[in-house]
Amino acid sequence: MNISFSNALGIHEQALELRTKRAEVLANNIANADTPGFKARDIDFHALLKQQTQGMAGDSLELSATNGKHLPVNQDPFSSDGLLYRLPSQPSIDGNTVDSQTEKAEFMKNTLDYQSSFQFLSSRFKSLSNAIKGE
Amino acid sequence: MSLSQIFDIAGSGMAAQSIRLNTTASNLANAETASSSTGDVYRARKPVFAAVQHSVMQQQLGKDFMQETPESKGVVVKGIVESDAPLEMRYQPDHPQANEQGYVFYPNVNVVEEMADMMSASRSFQTNVEIMDAAKTMMQRLLTLGQ
Repeated sequence: MNISFSNALGIHEQALELRTKRAEVLANNIANADTPGFKARDIDFHALLKQQTQGMAGDSLELSATNGKHLPVNQDPFSSDGLLYRLPSQPSIDGNTVDSQTEKAEFMKNTLDYQSSFQFLSSRFKSLSNAIKGE
Repeated sequence: MSLSQIFDIAGSGMAAQSIRLNTTASNLANAETASSSTGDVYRARKPVFAAVQHSVMQQQLGKDFMQETPESKGVVVKGIVESDAPLEMRYQPDHPQANEQGYVFYPNVNVVEEMADMMSASRSFQTNVEIMDAAKTMMQRLLTLGQ
């Protein structure tokens, strides 16, 4: 029996990556809280994670390359399609839709989710190392 | 690595807010700087913020691609503009800088507005610092993976 990292680590690897990406998007919103005309953005975490894990299980609708000469289709899950615009709750008069409180709350929530994903991933590594050592 | 991008983004936000705070300080310091002509008088200065990639895309591809802008990375101060608000003209014939008609021109700085701007800038700065701190914690945590 060989140890497959993708099986052992499960969904947490993708989740952690998505959380990092989301932190970046939210940080950008907060940095642009006073930029006229800036629209707040966010990613649909659930949809993107689903897309990612389906791709992993080979059950996706994306094009598969059966020949080495097939050109790869851009399958970057973090491309701009995943990035959505937030529905403005109280847009300001200069066209800015960033609500700093909402963004900050989302960022903190995202940080905590990141920590839990990290904890899960870390414990997977610990159990793998335990299994290898046979302790 | 996306986490290190957060440092750039929050850093650009902090830089922009400190420039805003700088202009506010300059406006408040010069709020009562009198002058004898309209040309010499100090005018309130305001920074103009823009999202980073927004401006880069605009330069490279023209305005048509503005809608296609995928994602921006941070904020930049595009420039500092002088306010067009009307100047204050006071009749003070005894003032050393009074003109022939006895008028002195005062800057168009609205002190109340500047104070509100100052509070907004310092709060935004604080938020950016907290974001950077959170990113730092996340990064440090990532280094302990598997330990």
